[in-house]
Amino acid sequence: MFRIRCPYCGERDQIEFGYGGEAHIARPADPDALSDAQWADYVFMRTNTKGLFAERWVHSAGCRRWFNALRDTATDRFVATYVIGEAPPLPVPQLVPGDQAPDPAEAIPEEAAGGGQR
Amino acid sequence: MSRQSARRAQNRLDHGGLVDRTRPISFSFDGKSYQGFAGDTLASALLASGVHHVARSFKYHRPRGFLGAGPEDPGALVRVGSDPATMVVNQRATEVELFDGLEAFPQNCWPSLRLDFGVVNDLMHRFLPAGFYYKTFMGPPGSWMFFEPFIRRAAGLGPAPSAPDPARYEHMNRHCEVLVIGSGPAGLAAAREAARSGARVILAEESAACGGRLLGEAEGDALIEGMAPRAWRGDVLAELAANPEVTLLTRTSASGYYSQNWVTLFENCTDHLPPSEAGHLPRHRLWRVRAAQVVLATGAIERPLVFHGNDRPGVMLASAARTYLHRYGVRAGSNAVIFANNDDAWRSAFDLHDAGAHIAAIIDTRPDPAAAHREAAEAHGIGVRTGATIVATQGRGHIRSIDVAAFDAGGVTGKPERIACDLLCVSGGWSPNVALFSQSGGSLRYDETLAAFVPDEARQEVVAIGACAGDFALAEAVSRGVETGRTAAREAGFVASATDPVAGETRDAALPYRVTPAWELPSNLPKTRIRAFVDYQNDVTAKDLHLAVREGYGAVEHAKRYTTTGMGTDQGKIVGVNAIGVLSGVLDKPIGEIGVTTYRPPWRPISFGAVAGQHVGGLFHPRRTTAMHDWHVENGAVFETVGDWLRARVYPQPGEDFEAALQRECRAARNAVGVLDASTLGKIDIRGKDARSFLNRIYTNAWMKLEPGRCRYGLMTNEDGMVFDDGVTACLADDHFHMTTTTGGAARVLGWLEEYHQTEWPDLEVYMTSVTEQWAVASICGPRAPELAADLFDDIDADPERFPFMSHASGHIDGVPARVFRISFTGEVSYEINVPASYGLWLWRTLMERGKPYGITPYGTEGMHLLRAEKGFIIVGQETDGTLTPVDLGMGWAVKQSADFIGKRSLTRSDTARDDRLQLVGLLTADPGFVIPEGSQIIASGREQSPRTPMIGHVTSSYFSPTLERSIALALIAGGHGRMGERIHVARRGADPVPATITGTDFLAGLKEAS
Repeated sequence: MFRIRCPYCGERDQIEFGYGGEAHIARPADPDALSDAQWADYVFMRTNTKGLFAERWVHSAGCRRWFNALRDTATDRFVATYVIGEAPPLPVPQLVPGDQAPDPAEAIPEEAAGGGQR
Repeated sequence: MSRQSARRAQNRLDHGGLVDRTRPISFSFDGKSYQGFAGDTLASALLASGVHHVARSFKYHRPRGFLGAGPEDPGALVRVGSDPATMVVNQRATEVELFDGLEAFPQNCWPSLRLDFGVVNDLMHRFLPAGFYYKTFMGPPGSWMFFEPFIRRAAGLGPAPSAPDPARYEHMNRHCEVLVIGSGPAGLAAAREAARSGARVILAEESAACGGRLLGEAEGDALIEGMAPRAWRGDVLAELAANPEVTLLTRTSASGYYSQNWVTLFENCTDHLPPSEAGHLPRHRLWRVRAAQVVLATGAIERPLVFHGNDRPGVMLASAARTYLHRYGVRAGSNAVIFANNDDAWRSAFDLHDAGAHIAAIIDTRPDPAAAHREAAEAHGIGVRTGATIVATQGRGHIRSIDVAAFDAGGVTGKPERIACDLLCVSGGWSPNVALFSQSGGSLRYDETLAAFVPDEARQEVVAIGACAGDFALAEAVSRGVETGRTAAREAGFVASATDPVAGETRDAALPYRVTPAWELPSNLPKTRIRAFVDYQNDVTAKDLHLAVREGYGAVEHAKRYTTTGMGTDQGKIVGVNAIGVLSGVLDKPIGEIGVTTYRPPWRPISFGAVAGQHVGGLFHPRRTTAMHDWHVENGAVFETVGDWLRARVYPQPGEDFEAALQRECRAARNAVGVLDASTLGKIDIRGKDARSFLNRIYTNAWMKLEPGRCRYGLMTNEDGMVFDDGVTACLADDHFHMTTTTGGAARVLGWLEEYHQTEWPDLEVYMTSVTEQWAVASICGPRAPELAADLFDDIDADPERFPFMSHASGHIDGVPARVFRISFTGEVSYEINVPASYGLWLWRTLMERGKPYGITPYGTEGMHLLRAEKGFIIVGQETDGTLTPVDLGMGWAVKQSADFIGKRSLTRSDTARDDRLQLVGLLTADPGFVIPEGSQIIASGREQSPRTPMIGHVTSSYFSPTLERSIALALIAGGHGRMGERIHVARRGADPVPATITGTDFLAGLKEAS
């Protein structure tokens, strides 16, 4: 059971929060312009990071605000929480510059090779 | 004490130990009466009476006695009590505390403990090797079916209680600065120092008394801070008891160590008391503690040696024999052999000797035991054999003798010599109890000198001290305890005053710990006949581990599962390191490279009651009820749960069955007026200048042109294009909407709206508020509903022409404000009347009274389901299952092309655009009287093929329609929209398939115009 620092309310027990999966995946501005594979990558594909991971949480039994957190998935240590719209305070593997909207055709072999470095 | 009892308690010393000899206690085991003393465990009291054989093992039904003296004991499992509700099984006799009238029974044996037919498994052990179950599963078809009943009967522990548990359980939530787990010398020192700083301290001790090994060892000339150890213990406990910031919990074990120092403590409150003394206490408590700092002083666990015949009753850990002696005043045998690979175990020989036992031999696998020990043995007149091993043991229900022989790396070298004994004390060395440290995420390191795994790097705010950290010397344990207690408090912001008394000398009575591992000892027997047990509860032998390696399961986690090593209720407390040691020998790899299996909570078995706490019965899942609930109860409603709500399902009248009531209610709704309590529908008030465009992005259909005063039905899909909720939303003003959702989906939909607003479209000005509880809703429908409505409304024109379908109006009923929606879920003329919730019951009673002349009849959710099924309306969660698009449901008309919405792009993906997807259709059976069971599979032809008939769909809703006087059904059929009029068949279990015809979903379409 984690203790999580809501950027608006402070530290609270995990029971007050809901989990929202990987952060910093923007909804495509023009979905119709995407191929089936690109759209499927947005809808279904997520990184499976071991290590520092930017993820979304919602303080559902508190202020009901969404925010982002950096958590080390290997140690379950929360490194930081920050409000939606801000950049992560540390570089995270899933957001390596230039790789934010990976071409799915390229992404697949990387993941098959073990991921982690994306 | 009677003469008979005195004779029975032959092994009780007349002094020593923590038992109270002035308080005798009567108890029974296996139907026989015994006496013990206050402070005894079932094990110590039985040993005092000379009883060793108390249980049978899991697989081979071999006799089991007391290997340990605490939670680590693997074999001495008993049932306590015989009441079908309160009996508890698989209790360790070494932990069950005596109380007057305690009744304990052996388990896993038939017809009796002594004569157990299950022992046939033992005779067949060569045919029940490791992996037997897996091999049987893999065998020819049917072999598992053949063996399963035999296996199920033969294997197993105690039976489950058969009646509901009447006991009460509690959860406690606590915060503290320092949580100390374990109350041996290290734990006591740490708790005292932390408490002196003013920090909140919780000290958890698993057994009934604090002190750890201080209670299980002879004091000799040992000192702690200048005092005799037990006197020091008394002083520390008095100091802790006097400190209001200290919570001292005995009979409390830390069961789980989770993230961020969240630790669960399992406290036994009444199991040690006779039922008459339990009073108001709960049976167990689960303390959920968040600690700034955790100090693990969980000690170490001695392990046995792995040799042929090492599992007979009377074989006991050397430390357990000392515990029985010094803590309980019980001499576990009168003619003992000590067998060890370390210096520590020799203490048992000297202590037992001092207590009047004869020591038949000390056998040490090492050539070089401590010289001081050898001299002492000689002085005591005890024979010593070094570089020797036990190659066999004798005695059926209790050990009678052992065979000892010299050995070297090549095997047994000497001729075995037989030595008689009634107690065999074994010791393979000590394993620090690292379970909780490992649960906390900390890594372990193999220490060659200690021949054990010790804590390495911590991942949380936790420190291991004393024997748990591999510090077996008393002086080190106490000084580390003092230092760690201070540091932990300081880390949490508390500093002790500088006036602490200067501590005196701390010194050990025992020699420094030295061990030379001997993981698997040889025997002069043929290899196939050697049965050296590694896991005493699950009956895993060294040979099984060899087999696992030969069959490819050499990795430690594989070997564990293949052989079930350490998978019993003891979770391998004494097993772990021995199994790894044996594997290391077989694989010829260093132990450190083999690693350990993962430690997981709980550290020990805990009751389901403690896990559930107060969350049972009515508190398990509190139900929500509507404002009209009392009326439904008074009028005999049958309820069902929908989401968190209790909803009236049907209102049977006296003498009426469920189906008859349902048909009556639905006929009334079609022919007169029906009324439904629709208060549970989710209701969300949506405002803001961008509310309309927000709705347009959320719903699949178009919202930009909906005028104030009008309502519209909407579908919501996920980004994957699958329908997840539906409902009607009314436009109250250009920037103000009233959304309704399904009953079960209300919270989810609100969360969904908030998520998209906050994370994707924060630029939209829109505000969402749940108003589900603010409005009570009664929906009236039927041909006479307009008359009733006209009668009811103060200031709303109820005429369906002027108050048309899919519009709404605000007004009053007898002066009470009301919002009325002209929307219908039945196909009849309907008025959905919303009033402030506090008027809900009043509204319902008013409707029932004023509706009487029009034949008003309440209908429940079952009637609602039937009425909407006649009309072909879907229920999300009944027709849909998260894999259906609006198009699949025949609702392509609700999908806008003009603008984007959540999930739109998914509707044109190659998979969602297939025309052979499951699609919603109606079904009419050839026999109009036959109602298809919901969930039935649909097949194309009337003949089921062997072996498999392709399924082309399934039935989602099915009723007997009172309106059509025939059965109707909704179904999902592959490519169903293109198969209108086709004949399909509905498969049935044990009967011929039933023919039916595919139709549209609106069964009333041909009858009349819906309003």
